[in-house]
This record gives sequence, C-alpha cells and structure tokens, in this order.
Amino acid sequence: MKMPEWLIRRVLFLTAFSSLAILALIALFILKEGFPVLTSVGPGRFLLGKTWLPGNNLYGILPFIIGSLWVTAGALAIGVPLGLACAICLVEFVPRTVSRFLKPTIELLAGIPSVVYGFIGVVILTPWIRSTFGGPGFSLLAGALVLGVMILPTIISISMDAFQALPPSYREGSIALGATRWQTVHLVLLPGARSGILAAVILGMGRAVGETMAVIMVAGNAVKMPRTILDPARTLTSNIALEMSYAMGMHRHALFATAVVLLFFVLVLNVIAGFLIRRAND
Amino acid sequence: MTEQRFRLPPRTTQALVQILLYLACGVAIFILAFVIIFILKNGLPVVTWRFLTGPVVDMGKAGGIFPSIVGTVFITGLALCIATPLGVGSAIYLTEYTRPTRITRFIRFGVECLAGVPSIIFGLFGFVFFVVTLRLGWSILSGGLSLAAMLLPTIIRTSEEAIKAVPVSYREVSYCLGTTRWQTVVHSVLPSALPGILTGIILSIGRSVGETAVLIFTAGSAIQTPTSLMQSARTMSVHFYLLAREGISMQMAYGTAAILVISILIINIISYGLMHRFISRRTR
Amino acid sequence: MQPRTARVLSAVVCLALAAAAGCSRKQSSSLTLAGSTAFQPFAEQLAEKFMQENPGTRVTVQGGGSIVGLQALQQGAADIAMADLLALPEDILNAFSHCVVARDGLALIVHPDNPVSSVTLQQAQGIFTGEIVSWKAVGGTDSRIDVVSREEGSGTRRSFEELVLKGKPLTKSALFQDSNGTIREAVATNPNAIGYISIGFLDARVKALKLDGIDPSNENVIGKRYPLSRPIFLVHRTPPSPCAERFIQYVLSKEGQAIIKEKGLIPVSSQ
Repeated sequence: MKMPEWLIRRVLFLTAFSSLAILALIALFILKEGFPVLTSVGPGRFLLGKTWLPGNNLYGILPFIIGSLWVTAGALAIGVPLGLACAICLVEFVPRTVSRFLKPTIELLAGIPSVVYGFIGVVILTPWIRSTFGGPGFSLLAGALVLGVMILPTIISISMDAFQALPPSYREGSIALGATRWQTVHLVLLPGARSGILAAVILGMGRAVGETMAVIMVAGNAVKMPRTILDPARTLTSNIALEMSYAMGMHRHALFATAVVLLFFVLVLNVIAGFLIRRAND
Repeated sequence: MTEQRFRLPPRTTQALVQILLYLACGVAIFILAFVIIFILKNGLPVVTWRFLTGPVVDMGKAGGIFPSIVGTVFITGLALCIATPLGVGSAIYLTEYTRPTRITRFIRFGVECLAGVPSIIFGLFGFVFFVVTLRLGWSILSGGLSLAAMLLPTIIRTSEEAIKAVPVSYREVSYCLGTTRWQTVVHSVLPSALPGILTGIILSIGRSVGETAVLIFTAGSAIQTPTSLMQSARTMSVHFYLLAREGISMQMAYGTAAILVISILIINIISYGLMHRFISRRTR
Repeated sequence: MQPRTARVLSAVVCLALAAAAGCSRKQSSSLTLAGSTAFQPFAEQLAEKFMQENPGTRVTVQGGGSIVGLQALQQGAADIAMADLLALPEDILNAFSHCVVARDGLALIVHPDNPVSSVTLQQAQGIFTGEIVSWKAVGGTDSRIDVVSREEGSGTRRSFEELVLKGKPLTKSALFQDSNGTIREAVATNPNAIGYISIGFLDARVKALKLDGIDPSNENVIGKRYPLSRPIFLVHRTPPSPCAERFIQYVLSKEGQAIIKEKGLIPVSSQ
C-alpha cells in the first residue's frame, strides 16, 4: 500500500492539528469558565487573598498556591533524585536481565489508581507522621511523600529510556579515554540524555501537580495558610477537586479560575526546569 | 596558577557514588514493592473465580467485578486506539516534517503544560463536550475520547523524545538510498524509536487504567456489563473508588485493586515481549 | 506497515464501529439517574431490584455530585437527578418537580479509644467553631482536638452547619475530606479526631457520639429525638417520563422504602 508522500504529509498534519485542537479546546474551556472571576473578584484579591470562604464570597487562593508550591517542591525533591539515581543504577550498573524485569514492574506502579495510594497513605503514612513528628499527621509532608512516590515510575521509566537511547559509542569513547563508570555517567551520559531527562522531570512534575485524590486524602486540606511542613494544607488541585461537585455560580467560576492559575503554575515550573537542566550541563 | 582543590581519586568517587546509587535505587524499589505487596496482601484473599466472572451484587459488597473488567478493557482500549495514532502521528509531524521554529517550541510548551491539568478538569470538559454537547451521553465513547485527550501530552512528548534520540545518520543513510521521507520514518526512525514510544504508551496504559475522575464524569459508573460503546460502564478503578470512598467494602475494594495490578503487569509484560520479538526479528 | 498488521487493524476498527453503530439505538425504556455520590449506592440497589421486577428496562445510575446531576437533568443527559443538598436552587425549583425519597441522619464520630462518649449540642458547636480546643474540656484526655469536616457546599456540610454550627463559622484549623468513607478513615486512624458522617456509614472502626445523651440511630431520628438529619431529593421533569414515574413510585413504595431502611438510610414516613 503505497501512499503518495503529499498525502501522508497531510494526514500527519491532520493528526497533529487535531491533537492540538483538542488540547486548545480544553484550555479555552478552562479560560472561559474561569473568566468571570477576573471581573468580579479581581486578580489581585484572588491571587493574594488569604481567605477562601465561598459562602461569604471570599475567594483568596494564596494558601493554596503556597500549598501547591510546597507539595510539588517536596515531591520533586524526593522523586527526581531517587528516580534518576534508580534509572542510572538500573541502566549502567545493574545486569540487563534484572533491569529488563524491573522496568515493566516499575511502570506497573504508574497504573495504580491514586485512590489506592491515598488509602495506603491514610492507613500507614499519616499515623506514622503523627507519631514520629507530631501534628495531625495530615500534612504537607504526607502530600509530598505520597506524590514523590507516585511520580517515581514516570521519572525512572523515561530517564531509563533516555540513557538507553544513547549510542554505545558515547560509553565506549569515554571508557577508552580511561574514565571510570561514574565519570562516564556524569560527564558524558547525563549531558547527552539531558533532553530526555528534562522530559521525564516535566512529565513527572505535570503528574504531581495534576494529582488530586491521593493528595486530598493525606494532606488535610485546611484552608488556613500552612506554616510548617507538618501543617495540614490544601493545594490548588485539591481545592478544585474537593469543591467542584457542589459548586454553583461564582464559586464554580472561582474553581475554574484556580485551574487557570494551575496552568500558569505548570508553565512557570516547566520554564524553570528547562532553564535549570540546560544550565546544569553547560 | 589555579590552586589545587582537594579531589578524591576517581576510583574512590566511583565506589562512593556506586554505593549511594544502589542505596537510592534500593529505597525506590523497596517503596514500590511495598505498595504492590500491600495491595496484593489485602486484596488476593477476596479473589475467586466468582469474583472475576460474577456481576456486581449488593452495591459491591458481594458478587464480582466482571462488569468493571469488561469496562476497563473497552475504555482503555478505545482511549489507546485514539491517543496512540494521534499522539505518535503528531510527534512524527512535529519532529520530522517541520523545522524547529518558534511555533513548534510554543506547541511543545503548550503540550507540556497540559500534562499538568488535573484530571477532574478533563472530566468536566468531557462531560460538557462529549456527554452533553455531542449528545454521546455517559458512555464508553465519551470516556474513551476524554481519556485519550488526557493521554495525548504524555504520548506526544515521549514519542518526540524517542524520535529525536534517533541519530541523524540513520536518516541520512536512508535518504542516500533514495527513500521518501515517510519510508525513512517507517523503516529507519520508528523501529529505533520504538522502545521510547512504547514506554510512553505503557505509562499511558497505566494512567488510563488508574484514572477515576475523568471517567466518572464521562463514562459514568453503570453497574451492568456493557454491550456497546454507547453504554455507560465503570472501570475497575472507578469501582475501587466508589467502594472505598463511600465506605462500602474495603475488602472488595482491595480485591479490585489486586486484579488491576495483576492486569497491568500482564499487559506490560506482553507489550515488552512483543516489542522485543519485533525488534529482534527486524535486526536478524 | 506490514500487510498483516494493516489487516488486523482494519478488522479491529470495523468491529469497533459496528459495535458503536449497532447498539446506539436507545432501548425503549431506559432511565438514567445522576447526581449525589452519597445516594448512588442506594440508588443502584433500588435500580437492581426495580429491573428485576420490570424486565426490559435498563436503569443506569451515575455519580458526579449533586450539581452535575442537576446540570445533566437540565441538559437532558439524565432523566432523574439525585440531590443531597439542604435546599434545591431557585431555578431548579421553578423548572422541575422534586420529592424527598429518604432522609440521611448525621452522626458525630470519634476514635474508638477516645474516652468521650457524649457531648451536648453546645459542646459540639464549641468544638467545631474552635472555641473548645482540648479534649479535656469535654471530659477526655489532655490532647488537641483535630476537627475533620466535609468540604464547603456539600449537602452533609450544609446540614451540619445549619443544625450544629447554627450560623457560626467553622474553625479555621479544620481538616477536610470529601466523602463519608474518607472521613471515617481519617477519624479511625487518629485518636484526636472528631468528624461527622451519615448514620448509615457507622461501623466498628469509629465510635458514634451521643448528642445530649441520645444515640445517633435512624430510629431516634424518626422519633424526632435525634435532631441531625437531612433530605435526599429526586428531581425530575414535569411531567416525568413513564419509566421515571414508575421508578419514583417504586422508590416511594413500601418495598423501596424497606430497601432504603435496610441499607442504612431513613425512610420517609409519608406515602
């Protein structure tokens, strides 16, 4: 079945266009639903307001922004080093038969519903935090830990691919110059796999920010501004998922506006991540 | 002259780092193993033949999960059938058929940002667009389409990375032989990029099987076994969600989760097995 | 791609299309309910029995929350909306009919090891508004009280606000969970916690507090001795489709109400 080149080009263009069209539609949907908040509450009061009380028409989301920042930072602080280390270990230092078996098993964990992680968190993690560190147990720390574990499979898996895709000549050349394996890894392979690792981190980050169920179950969801990592807190995402089923009118618009803020949040995080990774390897 | 910094001999750094890496790796694997074992330990006792093939009885406290197994297969299958060609096709177009311009960077950026949108938003979008506006109602079709939209960013990104990682020389050699661009893509680039693309797909399979928020608003949570794409159905994940959160039966919930875990494991192993066979057949 | 793969793919696509096309005609009597996730399991039970007695009807129950259910009703995606709000919104009251099919009692719960067994309504209010912060003040150990509540807007929360808080604001340090099951889980794993869930969800993992000495039980609610309860509405078009009419009649019938009672909700006394 030989299709003319121009037809294939058109078909591929169509697929790209439809994917992007759907994603654009979703972005527009969020923007449209969230827009009324701009006019009636105002961006200043919305973003910097410290009180969220829809019953009294107060829509300040600053506590949630802080919550999201802390939880995402914590999740990345756990997920990225552990995940990268695991990926490097499995590709460069562990025999291939073992890593061939471990990779699908790790990816398996990407499929466990977040509700399950949430329940494990409530049953095991929060009591442990409460008895070891004090506080109610439902905390930013719990949220960060659960999220960190949840993004591990994504980061490990995609980073492993990034390393495995590097041509063998990279390694061979480096060893030929007399480098140790670790020198090879951090001087040759990491820079080479930089782009793939960035994708892994960004997708992991995206998953962390977009995660709802697990975080809702373990982070406590308090509307108060969190002061320490042991305080219960609510993230932007949790706020949306928590109140969406019953929100009407301006409350609902405020929740969609929160989603818009989330989009910007992810945008900023992506820019920072890209910048950091490019800098780290120059 | 630059002063001498204290540096450990490379062999020592290597040894130290190796220990650290193994430690980190061990911790990661331990945590992940713990999760799997927790689920299986709590869930396997409930799994019987009747559990796998029986209908949902008494709100889920008894009976089986057969309807949700069927629902999961249909919805996940549909979502993947839609998202994979769209996603991989988009990735091919963006990397092979266009020059890296501002626009493509903007597009890539946009795609990445949408990876962070909470699934509940995809669910609400799906509800407004597919269920209500397109009048598809709560159905496997609505669910599959909404889920596909959610999987697109991951598949596009991972496929793009996989394709970009293929050395330019592969393409140059192919063109030297006089092939068209499409032939180059299909016969030289894609086979090498296949492992990476497959990772994206497998992660997406995992994600779609584990999704709840999107599907509750689009595919719904009908308890009956679906017999057509236009009917509502629940997946094992949604079943777990409803059983656990409304506190109906934790026992049955973990049983569902256990089956879920085992299904994903089987799918992953089969996919990788197929891929390895495919690659080894090509390189023979 | 190889010819064999192409053939397999086209076969799959054809099958899928056939499945979609062949069965897209709606059955002559089908009914979709949508809305409250709290009432969903009960609706599913009722639907199951209803379908046994009316073969040929297909009843599907969806969740999504009360608001989504009402939206679905307005857009025509659902025939009946299940709402566990304290009161229905203005525009719904004007455009649709509704009836109360059950009541849901609320119980205050604490950890089983908590020595406190009963509180007065005043004390309950004090705890949830943050005036009382230590269990010592109500006869328990000297430890901090962790208040767990439902999210703003939920029917359970609104009823609680109206019946217990009586206009005073909830404490700012409250923790939130978004379903009966997760509140129960949160309280069951935290000796300092107090929360509120539907009476139908009480089990051995949590201890229900008596309110002014009265046990939170469905009998006490019916007998009007225990004050915390809220209505569950079924909202439908005027006039409802014949299938919807039959279903609602079934829910309000003796048999339907018996199922509701058996599964943990409170039947409505009127017929």
